[in-house]
Amino acid sequence: MALELRSIHKHFGAVRANDGVTLEVQEGELHGVLGENGAGKSTLMKVISGFIEADSGEVHLHGERLALQSPDDAIKAGIGMLHQDPLVFLPLTVLDNFLLGSPGSFRLNRRAGEQALREAADRYGFSFDPGALAQTLTVGERQQLEIARLLWLGARVLILDEPTTGISAAQREKLFEILNRLAEDGMIVLFVSHKLEEIEQLCHRATVMQRGKVVGHVDAPFSSDQLVEMMFGDVVVSEGRPDAALGSTVLELDAVTVSERLTTVEELSLHVAAGEVLGLAGLEGSGQRTFLQACAGLLKPKAGTIRLGDVDLTGRRYRNFLDAGVHYLPAGRLEEGLVAGMSIAEHFELTSGNASFFVDWNGAEAAATRDIEHHFIKGTKESVAESLSGGNQQRLLLAMMPDDVRLLLMEHPTRGLDIESADWVWTQLLARRESGTAIVFASADLDELLRYSDRIAVFFSGNVLRIVDAGTTTPDELGFLIGGKESVP
Amino acid sequence: MEVIAGIVAAATPLVYATIGETISEKAGVINLSLDGSILLSAMTGFAAAFVTDSVIIGYLAAMAVSAVIALIVAVTSIELRLNQIAVGFVLFLFARQLALFLGNSYVGVNGPKVPSWDIPLLSEIPFVGTVFFQHNISVYGSFVVIFFAYWFIYRTRPGLVLQGVGERPEAAFARGVPVNRLRYLYTVVGGAMVGMAGAAVSLDQIAGWREGLTTNVGWIALAFVIFGGWHPYRVALACYLYRALLFVAGEFQVQFPDLVQVLTQLPFLLMILMITVINTEWFRRLGDRYPRWRNFLASAAPSGSGQVFVRE
Amino acid sequence: MNDLVRRLRVPVVSVVLALAATWLLLVVVDAPPLDALWQIWNGSLGRLSKIPDTLIAWVPLTLAAAGLIVTFQAGMWNIGVEGQIVMGAIGAAFVVRELSGPPAVVIVAAFVVGALFGIFWALIPGYLRTRFGVHEIFSGVALVFVASAIAVYLIIGPWSRTGVASTSGTDLFEERYWLPTVGADEYSWLAILVAVAAVVAIAVLMRGTRYGLRLKAVGKNHHSAFLMGIPTNAYMLSAFAMCGALAGIAGTVQALGFHHKLVPSISGNYGFLAILVVLLAGFRALWTAPIALFFAAMLVGSTQLSLRLGIDSSLAGVIQGMLVLFILVVGAWQAQRTRRLARRAETATTAGGG
Repeated sequence: MALELRSIHKHFGAVRANDGVTLEVQEGELHGVLGENGAGKSTLMKVISGFIEADSGEVHLHGERLALQSPDDAIKAGIGMLHQDPLVFLPLTVLDNFLLGSPGSFRLNRRAGEQALREAADRYGFSFDPGALAQTLTVGERQQLEIARLLWLGARVLILDEPTTGISAAQREKLFEILNRLAEDGMIVLFVSHKLEEIEQLCHRATVMQRGKVVGHVDAPFSSDQLVEMMFGDVVVSEGRPDAALGSTVLELDAVTVSERLTTVEELSLHVAAGEVLGLAGLEGSGQRTFLQACAGLLKPKAGTIRLGDVDLTGRRYRNFLDAGVHYLPAGRLEEGLVAGMSIAEHFELTSGNASFFVDWNGAEAAATRDIEHHFIKGTKESVAESLSGGNQQRLLLAMMPDDVRLLLMEHPTRGLDIESADWVWTQLLARRESGTAIVFASADLDELLRYSDRIAVFFSGNVLRIVDAGTTTPDELGFLIGGKESVP
Repeated sequence: MEVIAGIVAAATPLVYATIGETISEKAGVINLSLDGSILLSAMTGFAAAFVTDSVIIGYLAAMAVSAVIALIVAVTSIELRLNQIAVGFVLFLFARQLALFLGNSYVGVNGPKVPSWDIPLLSEIPFVGTVFFQHNISVYGSFVVIFFAYWFIYRTRPGLVLQGVGERPEAAFARGVPVNRLRYLYTVVGGAMVGMAGAAVSLDQIAGWREGLTTNVGWIALAFVIFGGWHPYRVALACYLYRALLFVAGEFQVQFPDLVQVLTQLPFLLMILMITVINTEWFRRLGDRYPRWRNFLASAAPSGSGQVFVRE
Repeated sequence: MNDLVRRLRVPVVSVVLALAATWLLLVVVDAPPLDALWQIWNGSLGRLSKIPDTLIAWVPLTLAAAGLIVTFQAGMWNIGVEGQIVMGAIGAAFVVRELSGPPAVVIVAAFVVGALFGIFWALIPGYLRTRFGVHEIFSGVALVFVASAIAVYLIIGPWSRTGVASTSGTDLFEERYWLPTVGADEYSWLAILVAVAAVVAIAVLMRGTRYGLRLKAVGKNHHSAFLMGIPTNAYMLSAFAMCGALAGIAGTVQALGFHHKLVPSISGNYGFLAILVVLLAGFRALWTAPIALFFAAMLVGSTQLSLRLGIDSSLAGVIQGMLVLFILVVGAWQAQRTRRLARRAETATTAGGG
């Protein structure tokens, strides 16, 4: 009697998010699903919870085939999912969040609901104020509320997607304790994570995914080395990383505290020299983006100073950061970099730095054609941004960058790119570095971090756990650090 | 006393319109065509009542027309992903012109009217009886609608789901709620209620049909939904306050006949001011300061409003 | 060839649908459809004597549409344009009532002040939007009502006709301050010149200048535009100001070139109608001119309907509304079909490749 997945396929356009995933989980089993960002874990969980429909494949529960067309079907079958960002309704109260979607009489009996909430909370050792608004809860509390709700609705299979992102250590302990209890009660728990430590600590069995496929299943006790290898594949760090001569300090942070919604980076001090490449490693949401946005002038620090060269830019506007030679390329290429609906030629002209009132479109188009060739962009001057592939969007973004950038801040330079584009991107970036640009980039790709960085700052829940020298660090060490383990066993 | 009764009665169409729009926006669909919908349903309601000599059929016809317009907004937004604002605005102009076109032959005609009916016993109560219970079914209906909408949204299970659908459709979907189906349902129900606003004008308040009959009631209603924070009581309060203000302006009119036009439009300036105020951080914090009144004070736009819900 | 067919499909299908619906509507009200359409044509562009009337309607409609191109390019719904026309007319009326001097000077001053009044009225929703996040639709509509209230107040109050206070309008302006016409023509060459110049200028500004390019980026992706270093709030405000200026000029033309006085309905609904024009033109500046002409012709021609056929002149508005609605719906339907086909093709290739 178990949960069984048979050959699940799910495509998004050309991306194969799940490519024939087969998996079996027994009752009472805490099953880890491990993999990098984009390995297809979330997609698979959404399929099981009915949130998205698979293109093909079967889901069986207790020997019975489930027809999962909507979350409603999954809920009725006893499958409950806790999403990474708990799907609560922020302006509603805790009690209303608890009751929304539950079956029952037409008229809401809030008193009975409160009773049920209290019972559910007591059973798992949570405490809620039923009248508090969900927006006042921490992420961990929202999660607890969702877990209580799902179990109250009778879930026998509980799916948790990256549940430890953004919650405190105490809340994590609590969560693990509860999951253990649920497993003892015979529930099936699917625990999705890319944190090794957690899988090791918690799970009985783990499935490792990579690029939409299952790499393998492993039983506890786990060997960290084996898991790291399965997760990231064979990481071969290529030799001959060009050493650039480091110049004077370009970026200097002194005890900077900055926060944004769920993440806070506290008292960070750091400096980056001209011609240096600093990699930012860490799980998604560990503070890398917050840090980059502070360096770009988009988030104002609560404390501390940010200096660029000799200039103190603390609290100044984004415009001043731009003028000082800062350039920020966020992860959302089409959302926060390019403009959907505008052509390549228009993009070049927007960022050309020309100040003439009239646009010389003939000249601009000729220049665009040249730039397109020069940067090997697959597209014409008339192609609109959204019609380009990810790799070509990234090429365009790099091609649009002004020449005199002193500090380049970048998120996931090669995420979702084919090898050729990724290589090209780094050729460009390294050329920039030769000419003295300091580069700070966040990435989830260990190979990329180790290959191109001079130093790597590893973020863990909002803090820089350690800054390591990329030249003397092994992929294993980095993997452990990212998972929050300070030392290699 | 009669004055307050008059204000209460005069606010009837506005109440129907604002509550109807509140319901559809709670579900996440903005129906910007309101002003045109009301005018067209006023015309249709009057014409239908005139032809059949039945006020009830008039109301039904008005509701049907307005529901169809709302349905167009819902279909084009949900199925075709068209901008709700664009479609709503075009429908506003279209419905208005259609009302003028089709209603041409009914201008100035005398038709049936909702009969007044004092509610037995209740109307005998001093003050309250006069203010609330010496009207007609249309006015009583507007009271019912306010209380029912409040009760439904905040006290029933489907009402809670409705809030969820407009607030965070993907979360509602994850809980097994058929998001788009409910959006259709509530947009059409809201639209039908907007139609009652039209009928309430042409079959009760003004009782007749002519151009410009409903005097921008739709736009006022759209603004009051915002000002009312998508909360039926606050929305209704806005409607009554507005009519009271108009009444005061009318009194001033006697004193300063020159200012009549300015005074009657003054509520619009106030409206802009109020919408600006409720957009400030200060106002948003009020709810935290008085938790008992939080629902009433801090009620805000459904976050998912105006957005298409597409399953991945 | 194939491309042409694809491009023409949406407008052709829409026009056919709109015609069919109009036909049905006319049959329902028991009017002869062909005759009705003939009357509209005959009452506007079909007869030489009616062309000036059409042009009189064309000028303010085109000016407002040209202005709206700018705010739409910035991604905003300046529904308040109707009120901005009224304020422009009030400003112009103020100048010609209070100022006396050589006509050329007074008229130019009236245009400038009219434009300034329009700008002022447009900057209010612009400011409320950029500073407080108040949606421009609601502040805009409210300001339409306030503007017409001010106009009515002036007409029956301080600027009332000598002796009588009626809503029929102020005294006529001095004739030398009317916009210049040729011979006995009713329409002013100056107004037409201004409208043509406005359309061309806006088309050039939007397509040919850095300002227009940046404004487009602001309208299409506010966030990316900001990251590129474009001061987005300033651009949004400037778009409102520009639209307000053109609306104010439209109001000036209405006051000085057509009514020759201030009347309560001075904006003539042209602001709202101009939004339809721009939607139908697909936000392309040069297209607004012919579409505005088409709309103006329907508007003017339809006044014949009540005289000759006893049906209401609002038929023009009904047809216009249906046409725009069908264009939007058919366009979206076509876009969706293309999207679906593309996705199916993509999935098919991946599935086949995998």
